[in-house]
Amino acid sequence: MLRLLRRRLLQGVPLILGVIIMNFLLIQAAPGSFLDVMSAESQVSDPAMLEQLRVTYGMDQPVWLQLVKYIWSVARLDFGFSYRQNMPVLDVILASLPATLVLMLASLLIALLLGVTAGVVAAVKVNTIWDNLLSFLAVLFFAAPSFWLGIMLTVLFAVKLGWVPVGGMMSITASNQGIVATVLDVLHHLALPAMALGLFYAAVYARVMRAAMLEVLSLDFIRTARAKGLGRWRVVLAHGLRNALLPIVTLFGLQFGTVLGGSIVVETVFSWPGLGSLMLDSVSSRNYPVVLGVLVFSSIVVILVNIAVDLAYLRLDPRIRAR
Amino acid sequence: MAGLDVRGLSVSLFTRGGVLPALSEVSLSVQPGRTLALVGESGCGKSMTALAIMRLLPEPPARIIAGKVMLGDTDLAALPERRMLGVRGKAVSMIFQDPMSSLNPVVPVGQQIMEVLRRHENLSGSAARTRAAELLTLVGIPDAEARLDEYPHRLSGGMCQRVMIAIAIACRPAVLVADEPTTALDVTVQAQILELLKRLQAETGMALLLITHDLGVVAEMADEVAVMYAGRVVEQGPVDAIFAAPLHPYTRGLLGATPSGGTAGRHTRLADIPGSVPSLAELPAGCAFAPRCKLAHAACTAQPPLKAEAPGHLAACFAALGVPAHAA
Amino acid sequence: MAVATPGLFRRFARNRAALLGLVILVAVIALALAAPTLYPRNPLRIVGPAELWPLQDPRFPLGTDSIGRNIAAIIAHGARATLLIGLFASLTATLIGVTIGSVAAWFGGWVDELLMRFTEMFQVVPGLVFVLTIVSILGGTVQNITIAVGVVSWTGIARLTRAEFLTLRDREFVQACRAMGMPDWRIVLAEVLPNALPPVIVLSSLAVASAILFESAVSFLGLGDPQVASWGRLVGEGRTLIRSSWYISAVPGVAIMLMVLALNLIGDGLNDALNPKLRNR
Repeated sequence: MLRLLRRRLLQGVPLILGVIIMNFLLIQAAPGSFLDVMSAESQVSDPAMLEQLRVTYGMDQPVWLQLVKYIWSVARLDFGFSYRQNMPVLDVILASLPATLVLMLASLLIALLLGVTAGVVAAVKVNTIWDNLLSFLAVLFFAAPSFWLGIMLTVLFAVKLGWVPVGGMMSITASNQGIVATVLDVLHHLALPAMALGLFYAAVYARVMRAAMLEVLSLDFIRTARAKGLGRWRVVLAHGLRNALLPIVTLFGLQFGTVLGGSIVVETVFSWPGLGSLMLDSVSSRNYPVVLGVLVFSSIVVILVNIAVDLAYLRLDPRIRAR
Repeated sequence: MAGLDVRGLSVSLFTRGGVLPALSEVSLSVQPGRTLALVGESGCGKSMTALAIMRLLPEPPARIIAGKVMLGDTDLAALPERRMLGVRGKAVSMIFQDPMSSLNPVVPVGQQIMEVLRRHENLSGSAARTRAAELLTLVGIPDAEARLDEYPHRLSGGMCQRVMIAIAIACRPAVLVADEPTTALDVTVQAQILELLKRLQAETGMALLLITHDLGVVAEMADEVAVMYAGRVVEQGPVDAIFAAPLHPYTRGLLGATPSGGTAGRHTRLADIPGSVPSLAELPAGCAFAPRCKLAHAACTAQPPLKAEAPGHLAACFAALGVPAHAA
Repeated sequence: MAVATPGLFRRFARNRAALLGLVILVAVIALALAAPTLYPRNPLRIVGPAELWPLQDPRFPLGTDSIGRNIAAIIAHGARATLLIGLFASLTATLIGVTIGSVAAWFGGWVDELLMRFTEMFQVVPGLVFVLTIVSILGGTVQNITIAVGVVSWTGIARLTRAEFLTLRDREFVQACRAMGMPDWRIVLAEVLPNALPPVIVLSSLAVASAILFESAVSFLGLGDPQVASWGRLVGEGRTLIRSSWYISAVPGVAIMLMVLALNLIGDGLNDALNPKLRNR
């Protein structure tokens, strides 16, 4: 297990290096000087200070040396400085990260619960009205853009019914009412964005789960379990689910990046103060260090999550362990 | 202990193309401590019979449409599913052809044995584990305690079949249905597994319904034989009588052209019979074997009844009436 | 040669959901083609009162938006942008994916190793983050968005093409071509590629759907080209008025959903028709 961890971490290094180089090339491809925008952003107009910035960013040096320096600074987790927030880029990112992680985890939890349940029910009741209904819903939510779904959920549950707030992460008054009240308040705010982001992945998981479960249910050991006198649901849950979950675990890793992307859009809809809002703000204000920082940072997160998924797979499937 | 008595069991497949007769009026019986071998080419309904007895038919499309499956005084065919759950793995158990794929790959074998003990014997965790280890020892797996935590892929095919047998006999069933239990195994392992089944049968007195297409296995294991063709029992009787004087032309074909009663017949596999088993959708009227039968005549367009030709020896063939078996 | 197998359409048409998808797609294409005739003038000009609900005025069957633009006109013209961006982004992705996948499989060795690492790199970069980065640095023109979406969508196609090539590379007919002395590039283009394409086409059709979702997200965030009528942008613009006129967001969203739904159904149908082995799953 440790050997695999080390090997996968080593394999991740060239990937991250590649992402950094791509990042660097994007900077080089920017029309007009990167510095022009930077200086405009930080309101620097004095030529001497501009020259200072050029030297600071090494822009007077040959391209390959700039690349080496860039890689070296990212390796030390130095993504540059954001004049907009007047903080190092890493700090800006880390400040926004928790909110995004909360949203992503809640969404994935919803997706797993709904998707796996729907997939299992559809597979067990295959070709019945239940299967048709669930498959129809899955196809529908698979096609609905998350930002639109978010708005429609807001119209229904926040505007018409008034059950939940329209946006934000917590009420202004919540922070001085104790930890329990704060958590409940955040959950209250979280419900809609997590649904908006989670329902799409619920649809994805339901489709995959249905197919995987149908396949597993046709295998010999399911017949053995039935021959033991186990009831239908016990067979499905104790013997089918564990095997059918394996493709879901793989999918979880593969899609972590797209969930991150999806949270950008959903955060915008609900004014959720996470990486997505930061990204959109930085894109609109051409705050390149933050934009590129988010790109590199999120890629690293995806690599790490995939390594974690590989390790989880190792625990779930004893046949892999043997290799 | 009760034996198994199947009477007039009929199963149909309800497909989009129509209703197909998978089993027609199958009657069998196995007494405690005895072994009935069910033989025939693949597709003749052997496994279907086993699954129907266990009530594990793939429904839909298959459904029992007539007949009884008597276990003592209980008709399994008429039991509601909830009560049938208490029978499977307890009073009637089953083992399958491919032991490797019949065990759950992600669950240690010990847990797979303990599961059936918890279900039917109400054994708690540690008691179930002790009993599971005993069972593994009983089926001839050395170092049982350590093997409990192994995953199936770490065991050989023979070992997996032993585990399957341990699961099947865990609750001392009255009847064990073994569907081609040795087909997927090496020849030497086959013999060991058959030996094990014999020993366990002698110890527990269970009735064994052994499905096979290997006549060597039949000769080795069976007290009685039932020959199936196209979903019907066409001949049934004591193993010696069947080998010595097969009445049905199909049985004769199975045994090959070797002189009846000769030992050669006991160790050959099913001999090649010209033609192939008709599909259920295209069964001829009357005797299903007639198109492949050298002795077929006009009367064979009607269904021949299964009749006793000698005490305890039944056959469903008009030709068997006129032509003495040993003269063929 | 394997693409146009007889009965392909019949197999496809037997799948009612796929047929429904095809009907929707044809309807959207017809709408896109008819847009200049139906609404010959700029769809983004103001033509009536603001926030007029659908079905109130026959001139504006889908109502008007926050500043009195005809939603029906925006939907019709937006269909053009949506279809074009989806199609060309998918084409870009297919071109990159097939090239990289086939080169990796055909040459093998370190070329394969390098290209697969390259592919992995694009797999770990979150797609939308990359597209937004490109848009932020190079600007949100239709071309930039199309290429950016294509650049984040090719990895699956590359992997599939590689897998298909690997199985085809050692088949008898390819060996025979080699023995006849046919040059590599002709074997690849004339023999291997046509046989590898059917499953790739399925993935490409699904890539159109995901490209449309990407584009609509970018437009929704207000980073697209403001001069081009777009469904996603309209959803975004309607957002501020959800208390009074939520239909402004709802209508274009339904259009996006139907479009994506149709493409997914078609992709599934193609998959079933092209892989008869899996049809009965």
